[in-house]
Amino acid sequence: MRLSQGQFSFLPDLTDEEITKQVQYALDQGWAVAVEFTDDPHPRNSYWTMWGNPMFDLRDAKGVMMEIDACRTAQPDQYVKVLAFDSSHGFETVRMSYLVNRPAAEPGFELLRAEGPGRRIGYTVRSYATGRPPGERYGGETRHGA
Amino acid sequence: MSEAADLLDLEACDCPADAPSVDLDALYHDSGIGEMLAGMDRELVGLTPVKTRIREIAALLLVERARRSIGLRAEPPSLHMCFTGNPGTGKTTMARRMAGLLHGLGYIRRDHVVSVTRDDLVGQYIGHTAPKTKEVLKRAMGGVLFIDEAYYLYRPENERDYGQEAIEILLQVMEDNRDDLVVILAGYRDRMDIFFRSNPGMASRIAHHVDFPDYEADELLEIARLMTAGMQYRFAPEAERAMGDYIRRRMAQPRFANARSIRNALDRARLRQANRLFEARGSAIAAADLLTIAEEDIRQSRVFTQ
Repeated sequence: MRLSQGQFSFLPDLTDEEITKQVQYALDQGWAVAVEFTDDPHPRNSYWTMWGNPMFDLRDAKGVMMEIDACRTAQPDQYVKVLAFDSSHGFETVRMSYLVNRPAAEPGFELLRAEGPGRRIGYTVRSYATGRPPGERYGGETRHGA
Repeated sequence: MSEAADLLDLEACDCPADAPSVDLDALYHDSGIGEMLAGMDRELVGLTPVKTRIREIAALLLVERARRSIGLRAEPPSLHMCFTGNPGTGKTTMARRMAGLLHGLGYIRRDHVVSVTRDDLVGQYIGHTAPKTKEVLKRAMGGVLFIDEAYYLYRPENERDYGQEAIEILLQVMEDNRDDLVVILAGYRDRMDIFFRSNPGMASRIAHHVDFPDYEADELLEIARLMTAGMQYRFAPEAERAMGDYIRRRMAQPRFANARSIRNALDRARLRQANRLFEARGSAIAAADLLTIAEEDIRQSRVFTQ
């Protein structure tokens, strides 16, 4: 199942050229761009691992593209996303967030039902991938963190 | 079809209406490069060899664009540069202008210069240098990276110096990201020679070695005039003669740093002018007095007493 989350989630995956344009747009607005990665695809997983520090003082998208490429090379089987943080007063939050890398095979989510008192049913979703420990979820070798 | 065959085709075509032709003059006007070169001539005194080289580069980039517009192969040229010359000959000023120039010619994407020295590139402990250098390179991407006093990167007396690591990363980026970044090294001539002798890889990756000559006395006077105008001051006629004398005497003295010495002399002249006006504060001061640097402000310099 193809994971869709963040901006552009209903579009096909962005090409490098399109990513460059989006990053350049963010930089032109004066937003800080950051790269993060994870192998836990759950939509409520907001704590992705940071790939280096957010980039505050870049003018050209090429510098960000170099970091994205480095992250994708190091974590080919993980989700990688690009964030753009707007520090201006009133926003002080992430304005853009989109995926730039995904594992080759995405097993998708299992729907779990928990029966409660009075036959009440609680639902939750669980990624099939997270059944295995971090670092082994998408066929990658063991590594700490994630 | 190979390039040669392409060319032959162009020559064989005898109907000029169909043969692709390029209006180089239109390209020249559109790029605004004439304006920029004229501005350079106006605001930078002397420096003929440097200006010639920049004109050549501008012509090359223009022809490059013309070639691309009719579908000929146009490899972007390597434009990494090295500026050598004595102190105060305008290396830094020129590097700052290069970004605007190359941007106008469409060679680099952004009009920015990231100016760094050894401190910004070389780390303090093992493993600190590479991230630091990469950080700077990322910041400079799309524009010009200006490394002032680049010879400090290499310290032959310490073989474990981390400068070498920075040089290697720099070399790789200069090779791989040629269309993303222009690197300009600057430094004093003799020390840069030593630097290049010990780093042949660096020397061969830099296509343009530009030597900045020392200024002549009349050029320095012209610079002094431009600088005072820039600070909204002006010389009294006698003061200008005094400045000419000052420049000739100062040039003969040790530690003469070309335009930088002139700037310092002007700063001191402003100091004396302010002092003179302050001493006479009992009477009203005309606007012209505030503007004018008088002869005595310059004649009081210790250059004249030595």
